[in-house]
Amino acid sequence: MLKKFNLVTGGAIVLFLILVFIVSFFYVPHNVNQMNIENRLIAPNHNYLLGTDNFGRDVLSRIMKGTQTAFIVGGGSVIIGLLFGILIGTTAGYFGGWMDELLMRMIDALLAFPGILLALILVTIFQPNIEVTVIAIGIMTIPSFSRVIRSGFIKCKQMDFVRAARNFGSSHLRIIFHHILPNTVSSIIVTASLSFSTAILVEAALSYLGLGIQPPDPSWGRMLNEAQGFAKLAPWYTLAPGFMLTLTILGFNLLGDGIRDLHDFSE
Amino acid sequence: MDYVLKKTVSSLFTLFVVIVLVFLAFRIIPGNPANIILGVEATPAQVEELEQKLGLDQTLFEQFIHWFKGVLVLDFGESLRFSEPVLSLIHERMGVTFSLAFMAIVITIFVSIPLGIIAANYKGKFLDVLISIGTQIGLAIPSFWMGIILIMIFGLMLHLISVGGYVPWSENPLRAFKALLFPATAIAIPQIAILVRYLRTTMIEQLNFDYVRTAKSKGLKDSTILLKHVLKNALIPVITIAGLNFGAILAGSLVIEQVYALPGFGRMLITAIGDRDFPLVQGMVVMIAIIAITVNLLVDISYRYLDPKIKLK
Repeated sequence: MLKKFNLVTGGAIVLFLILVFIVSFFYVPHNVNQMNIENRLIAPNHNYLLGTDNFGRDVLSRIMKGTQTAFIVGGGSVIIGLLFGILIGTTAGYFGGWMDELLMRMIDALLAFPGILLALILVTIFQPNIEVTVIAIGIMTIPSFSRVIRSGFIKCKQMDFVRAARNFGSSHLRIIFHHILPNTVSSIIVTASLSFSTAILVEAALSYLGLGIQPPDPSWGRMLNEAQGFAKLAPWYTLAPGFMLTLTILGFNLLGDGIRDLHDFSE
Repeated sequence: MDYVLKKTVSSLFTLFVVIVLVFLAFRIIPGNPANIILGVEATPAQVEELEQKLGLDQTLFEQFIHWFKGVLVLDFGESLRFSEPVLSLIHERMGVTFSLAFMAIVITIFVSIPLGIIAANYKGKFLDVLISIGTQIGLAIPSFWMGIILIMIFGLMLHLISVGGYVPWSENPLRAFKALLFPATAIAIPQIAILVRYLRTTMIEQLNFDYVRTAKSKGLKDSTILLKHVLKNALIPVITIAGLNFGAILAGSLVIEQVYALPGFGRMLITAIGDRDFPLVQGMVVMIAIIAITVNLLVDISYRYLDPKIKLK
């Protein structure tokens, strides 16, 4: 039971977030971007369950819409990381040799580089917006996908079923995509879940610095940036987006860990 | 020796790749960088002057050679906004960021080791579960939010800290310490979570080794075995983890400096990005890469001398 604690808790949190994500497309209690100075910094009450911000916007509605930003950034960057990770990981792991050495040194270079810096460079060059944020964070997730897929390939390529396939004259492409890649799926899912939470964390940090999602689009990190100045007057405004952020990161971390535990157990 | 040489060469190669990529990144800017920096109101003469200053009238290769020669002697050119050499600007701001990183590492090590020992010792019991939940939460809380919460609790409610109260160590060490303690704690929390999980795993692994059984059969107390033998072996990977995360700690301080309005490296970087001060951003990024890669290399090498098992390989 305790062994599945991570999986169950993580799964429940992620399900809840997906629910909020879906609902936010059809229903939010108040207009997300409508400003009303008369209503600024109202403490939580029955009308505004989580209070209002310094522009009189409903915090709950903005937090709900914020799941869209988080999921777009998380999903988009995981897809980028996954595609390039498959390309690099397969080439390095399957073919080995100098290709492997070269690709892995480049991955090392990417890893040696504090991730957020890369995003900051891209933001300097292009203007900060959601596309640049997704691409920057996507590039950051390439190393972990590449490494996981590469080690999966190195482990698998010596196994009998791959040798058999090769003896039957299967092409490299068929061996790679039909025989080996499916065997690495569980570790890819674990990486995806953990990368998803990292992506959301980095997006929040970038937006907090004012270099990620731009106003008026709701982003939890951006909200924290605006809320900090009112921490004393309106603590709810600081607490709500931070709590949501923590919950999301916790959920995807637990889910990733839980799937990994399950996998280790079955091995 | 062979190992040290190989590691050094590979680090230098990594550094070279970073330098080339940073150079290229700032050359693929859509449009003319001089125009972007100066804005729409610039006269053609001003644009031309800045182009010359940035070396944009040379070929890409010439520009690279010029830039690379500079990097070799840590000459990153001149900041556009401050009209000062990038290196001296970096030098001025380095103190805050390094103090923060150093304090964060010290806090991390002093908190993680006892927690790791307790978790391993009470494996599967209440305390272990509690610590494990704590580490999951510690990993999930964004450090900048933690920073804001610490300000709310210790600043706004208890009046123990005030934001923006930083003075250099040389002026007033106590005030500097007070100003840096909470930001360093905020940076340390996710690092503590990582290290505790790691320590717990390695210590539990160590407990299964033969030498533990031998020590037990000699009649040594469990606590003696744990603290004298197991911890010693488990600490070696800790150094690696702490070193490898140095980059993450630096990155953490970039954001935290913004939360606490500390006049460090991160704040200058964010301002430079806002000002589109390309030479300054470029120089700071390469400098951080040099520091992070050098620390990684030193950790790799020291790890080899600390752990005889690696020598055999």
